[in-house]
Amino acid sequence: MRLKNKDLLGLEYLDKEEINLILETAKPFKELFTRSVKKVPPLRGKTVVLLFYEPSTRTRISFELAAKRLSADVLNISASTSSVAKGESLIDTAKTLEAMKADFVVIRHSMSGAPQILARTISASIINAGDGTHEHPTQGLLDMFTIWEKKGRISGLKVAIVGDILHSRVARSNIWGLNKMGAKVYVVGPATLIPPKIEQMGVKIFYDLDEIIDELDVINILRIQIERQKENLFPSLREYNEIFGITDERLKRAKKDLLVMHPGPMNRGIEISSSVAEGSRSVITEQVTNGIAVRMAVLYLLAGGDSRGMKR
Amino acid sequence: MRLIIRNGRVVDPKNKIDKKVDILIEDGKITKIGESSKFRPGDVTRSTITIDATAKVVTPGLLDIHTHLREPGREDEETIASGTRAAAQGGFTSICCMPNTQPVIDSVSGVKFILTTASQEGVANVYPIGSITKGRKGEELAEIGKMRIAGIVGISDDGKPVMNAQIMRRALEYAKMFNLPVISHCEDLNLSMGGVMNEGFTSTVLGLKGIPRQAEEIMVARDIALAELTSGKLHLAHITTRRSVELIRQAKKKIKVTCETAPHYFSLSEEEVQGYDTNTKINPPLRTKDDIKALCEGLADGTIDCIVSDHAPHLDVEKDLEYNIAPFGIIGLETTLPLIFTNLVSKKILNLNQAIAKLTVNPANILGLEKGSLSIGSDADLTIIDLNLKKKIGNKFTSQSKNSPFIGMELKGFPVTTIVGGKVVMKDGKLV
Repeated sequence: MRLKNKDLLGLEYLDKEEINLILETAKPFKELFTRSVKKVPPLRGKTVVLLFYEPSTRTRISFELAAKRLSADVLNISASTSSVAKGESLIDTAKTLEAMKADFVVIRHSMSGAPQILARTISASIINAGDGTHEHPTQGLLDMFTIWEKKGRISGLKVAIVGDILHSRVARSNIWGLNKMGAKVYVVGPATLIPPKIEQMGVKIFYDLDEIIDELDVINILRIQIERQKENLFPSLREYNEIFGITDERLKRAKKDLLVMHPGPMNRGIEISSSVAEGSRSVITEQVTNGIAVRMAVLYLLAGGDSRGMKR
Repeated sequence: MRLIIRNGRVVDPKNKIDKKVDILIEDGKITKIGESSKFRPGDVTRSTITIDATAKVVTPGLLDIHTHLREPGREDEETIASGTRAAAQGGFTSICCMPNTQPVIDSVSGVKFILTTASQEGVANVYPIGSITKGRKGEELAEIGKMRIAGIVGISDDGKPVMNAQIMRRALEYAKMFNLPVISHCEDLNLSMGGVMNEGFTSTVLGLKGIPRQAEEIMVARDIALAELTSGKLHLAHITTRRSVELIRQAKKKIKVTCETAPHYFSLSEEEVQGYDTNTKINPPLRTKDDIKALCEGLADGTIDCIVSDHAPHLDVEKDLEYNIAPFGIIGLETTLPLIFTNLVSKKILNLNQAIAKLTVNPANILGLEKGSLSIGSDADLTIIDLNLKKKIGNKFTSQSKNSPFIGMELKGFPVTTIVGGKVVMKDGKLV
């Protein structure tokens, strides 16, 4: 089995079988990390361009490691150092990359839909590494991989996503993916940070986490940004912390095997307390490791690899 | 010069004509209408030009009371010359241009510039609309009276609302004495701020900031209340939502208020934004299928008086950008008529007479123009339409811009001849 499209633009566009394929493929890649030589040859001779219009450390490094461990050549372009700063349009940048025969373009952009523009302009495989408030599919995949690895299944699990759902591409990708895999998804946050009609995506909305805390299998905590306070979306970070912050106290009623996740970077003491982040339920650092394996799987599969193994 | 149009089905809603008659034009005026048998040998001489309109519909020249010509200031996007040619290509003989140019048409000199340029370079009649406030800033009234004397036919800060209700009140009161309509762009800027499409499920999925329908409806309600307070002449531009239609329907029972919508609002829904094609980025935004239904009901029962193009040219380089930063607006002069026939007349939402009324007598009445009819003695502005002509919209336009979401779509019912002041400016679908 192979992926149907040349691009990975969002989990909205993948079906359950394709998501399964990516998760299954990520597993052997993760096992590779325990070896002394972590590099395999499938992408030798391929060029992966990391086109980052937004500052990002963990996603960029994760993709870079994933590509390098697959033996691809990696090129980093960030908005501050390239012709982007001189006002070149996205389409022109795309055409330049096309002329340079890039095989993959991994794009991070502050505006929703930017990867779509690339995908219809050039023939390289486009991987969305986060576009505006639209999707962050590899984050959704690594979150699901982490759940699957820890719980042995995704179907039937109850997952709460807590925080600024409105501005979160992580939330959107998780909602699409988890729903397709049969999980039950709740979104929890201030009413001002819940996007309109999100229940039509197949989620239930809660404003009070304590109502559902005892039944959850997974809690995925989103970063809250201080700028949102200035837009009058909530009165203060202190109030946010009091009502939505995840603390040991709040988790007292939770299941013992609740998974605590966070896509990072964390605001300790605001959306998550340090002791929860470091606690036994937290899989936050493991998410980072899994991110590399999942991104290797995505690159490998988009390069035409199939489920029969890493031969090439 | 004499011109006779023969054998066409003549539809003139103002004069309640809908039958097969011939029309004689002499020196730019309509001089005789009647069955072929009523014409005497002297009416048609050897030098008379005959236009055969067999199997076609002949209507008063169409009016578009909401066009952006971009001149002065953005002649790279459109000029008065190119915009009026696009109008003629689309069957329009008269257009009203919005004042949001650079500089804003907020003074007599701006009005004179438009009228002079149009008389020299235009192929269709151009009626300028002046701004309500100086620089469209919403702060101080522009010299409305002086602009009226210079030739404006309405006032509008189109593209922006007048956010201050007191200034809007004054505008309605003041313009009343010149019988000038105040054309309101209904948008509460605080609610719409940063939005790029209709707020709803689609905006949530696409991760694009939404503009709630209430941003429009609140201002529709406010302006209706102010029209009631002032007895001013209010015309609401580009109406797009169900509740706006309902508010206006209710208001019309008590006060005089008129409104318009544009073809894209009854032809496309917010779902078209999927894929992030910036030619779906329009302000107000494309709404839902339910709103389309409400607009159709409003068009059918007369709540919506007229249909306008809201022709808003932008260059490819401006539109080929990320959705958030591309400008709002699409061109419309060359697609308005076929969209009306394809999506309203063919679907029996409007009959032919109703559709033509919304492009002729109704807009003429709103702005007090002596246009939009085939009355004897009136200017010989006419449009000949082939209801059966099917064409796929290509990416070549007479307009200098081609920002249209309708490219690639097959439509039915196109203008074939446009006559302005007795002069044939478009014939067999081609500009003369």
